[in-house]
Amino acid sequence: MQPQTLYDKLWSSHVVREEADGTALIYIDRHLVHEVTSPQAFEGLKLAGRKPWRIDSVVATADHNTPTKDWDQGIRDPISRLQVETLDANIREFGAKAYFPFLDGRQGIVHVIGPEQGATLPGMTVVCGDSHTSTHGAFAALAFGIGTSEVEHVLATQCLNMKKAKSMAVQVDGVLGKGVTAKDIVLAVIGRIGTAGGTGYAIEFGGAAIRGLSMEGRMTLCNMAIEAGARAGMVAVDDKTIEYLRGRTFSPKGDLWDRAVAHWRTLRTDEGAQYDKVVQLRAEDIMPQVTWGTSPEMVDSVLASTPDPQKIDDPVRRQSVERALQYMGLQANMPITSIRIDKVFIGSCTNSRIEDLRAAADVVKGRRVAASVKLAMVVPGSGLVKRQAESEGLDRVFREAGFEWREPGCSMCLAMNDDRLEAGERCASTSNRNFEGRQGAGGRTHLVSPAMAAAAAIAGRFVDVRQL
Amino acid sequence: MEKFTILQGLAAPLDRPNVDTDAIIPKQFLKSIKRSGFGPNLFDEWRYMDHGEPGMDPATRVPNPNFVLNQPRYRGAKILLARENFGCGSSREHAPWALMDFGFRAVIAPSYADIFFNNSFKNGLLPVILPAGVVDRLFLEVEATPGYQITVDLVAQKVAAPGGQTFDFTVDAFRRHCLLEGLDEIGLTLKHADVIREYEDRRKATQPWLYV
Repeated sequence: MQPQTLYDKLWSSHVVREEADGTALIYIDRHLVHEVTSPQAFEGLKLAGRKPWRIDSVVATADHNTPTKDWDQGIRDPISRLQVETLDANIREFGAKAYFPFLDGRQGIVHVIGPEQGATLPGMTVVCGDSHTSTHGAFAALAFGIGTSEVEHVLATQCLNMKKAKSMAVQVDGVLGKGVTAKDIVLAVIGRIGTAGGTGYAIEFGGAAIRGLSMEGRMTLCNMAIEAGARAGMVAVDDKTIEYLRGRTFSPKGDLWDRAVAHWRTLRTDEGAQYDKVVQLRAEDIMPQVTWGTSPEMVDSVLASTPDPQKIDDPVRRQSVERALQYMGLQANMPITSIRIDKVFIGSCTNSRIEDLRAAADVVKGRRVAASVKLAMVVPGSGLVKRQAESEGLDRVFREAGFEWREPGCSMCLAMNDDRLEAGERCASTSNRNFEGRQGAGGRTHLVSPAMAAAAAIAGRFVDVRQL
Repeated sequence: MEKFTILQGLAAPLDRPNVDTDAIIPKQFLKSIKRSGFGPNLFDEWRYMDHGEPGMDPATRVPNPNFVLNQPRYRGAKILLARENFGCGSSREHAPWALMDFGFRAVIAPSYADIFFNNSFKNGLLPVILPAGVVDRLFLEVEATPGYQITVDLVAQKVAAPGGQTFDFTVDAFRRHCLLEGLDEIGLTLKHADVIREYEDRRKATQPWLYV
């Protein structure tokens, strides 16, 4: 048989049927649901008098709108509350394999709790009405974000119409330096190929540096594949994948576990299989990254300076760099380490897992948040992450340093709840998007790893965490 | 879904690359549980000087006179001319809902982000891809010619400029068919319910752990 890529295997094993133009009907194994992109889909289902095809595929939670403090007061914003209550009502009416509502001890960011519960398994197709669904590709799943019409389509048919993407290998060889993380790898990749570099592709991350990452690091990596334009990112199965899944709530048990593991071990690219595109990076060349602009591709090493638009020939690009620097309140040729910050956000589906919190706490321990920093907050990815961190005393480390220790949710990654930047405020953020207004109208976001965000909190400006 | 066949309309230019869905419809408006009513908040942060929140009366807002869609010459535009990687970022379908609610029925750009591109087809908003050089030329002509009307013909897969020049584009056959006929895609898929069930039965036999 022709050697196949991991993506080929995941794709072909889910094709139900094909149209003449190559559009395939793809079967969906896991449907993650949250409150923002589902209400219109459930409503559509009801209006058409349709029933969900396989409600057992649904794992749901409320994460985008939920507050991260004063949980005893409920959700105060009535519009947010209605959206969360609408999800409650829809799950009550239609059911789900699992639902982790607001206030449940296992509630959290949908892309944190899926893997945590063992609801994301290798070889699955995983969808969610959220672009960061690519996260789940860390488990050799074909995982991608969809819109609300497709949420309704999956609810009603368990399938989606789609065309096969092209394949891209992002190969990161070598060994990462101390203080350099999965977040820095993926930001460096986006800096290299651009935010549209992966459009139309499914990315498989491979190479020694990727194999060296923990499952949580791989989730961070795949999470941001979408910021390179790729709907799906993935990593092949290895021992780490299998060890991570062992014993989780929804992981298979007993004889089924052994059968599943035997199958999962085949979920890797065959020797000699061809990709449509290959991008190679050396881990040793990757430094801690900081974004300086309003797109994740506007990124550089912490040791670099902001770009000089005068030196850019392409007029469209020059104008977009000028506009970004202006929005960000920065000058050309400023050292990144001279940029002072107002707020720090450690959280989001990119970087809110226990290893992220440990890495940040390691930097913070015994130090104090700079007096010039108005707010430094840690938002764990889930109730279980929060409890684990508390059992390790990380909450104390953060609190003693002057951080706020919050309840789980998406929080200031997209600022749908009360956690946000005010106009002109500058934030060191472990989230995934630095778009204009993303963290609050007029807010200025710099994307960094958890260790770099922690270091910025202590110094009041960006610093190279390796020199702290 | 509304049919899309041939559209003739005023074009408005949005001259920025990488326009993201947070810019198209900011997060505070995603709290709605409806599909309609997003038009007044399309490009909210660029379009208004004041900060927008759900429930505000658009008549009381302060428009930004410099934002292109606020210029009287583009009032009633049906076609948005845009730059590369339009619609990047979040998967929110509120982005095409807002564009349509505002009055746009087609976008012309050199490239789109995948999820936005997909979402547009599901709503009868046609995302046309033309080469960057052609889009450049259309930008120049739109800006130089008040009342610049473009025709987007999905039947013939051609864009026609007022001068008479035409530019070919292609749309996947299946998507084109669904748009031309205004088909309910879920209804179409459910015609294959038996095939889906057969697939499921095979999968239950070979990978039973997915069904426990």
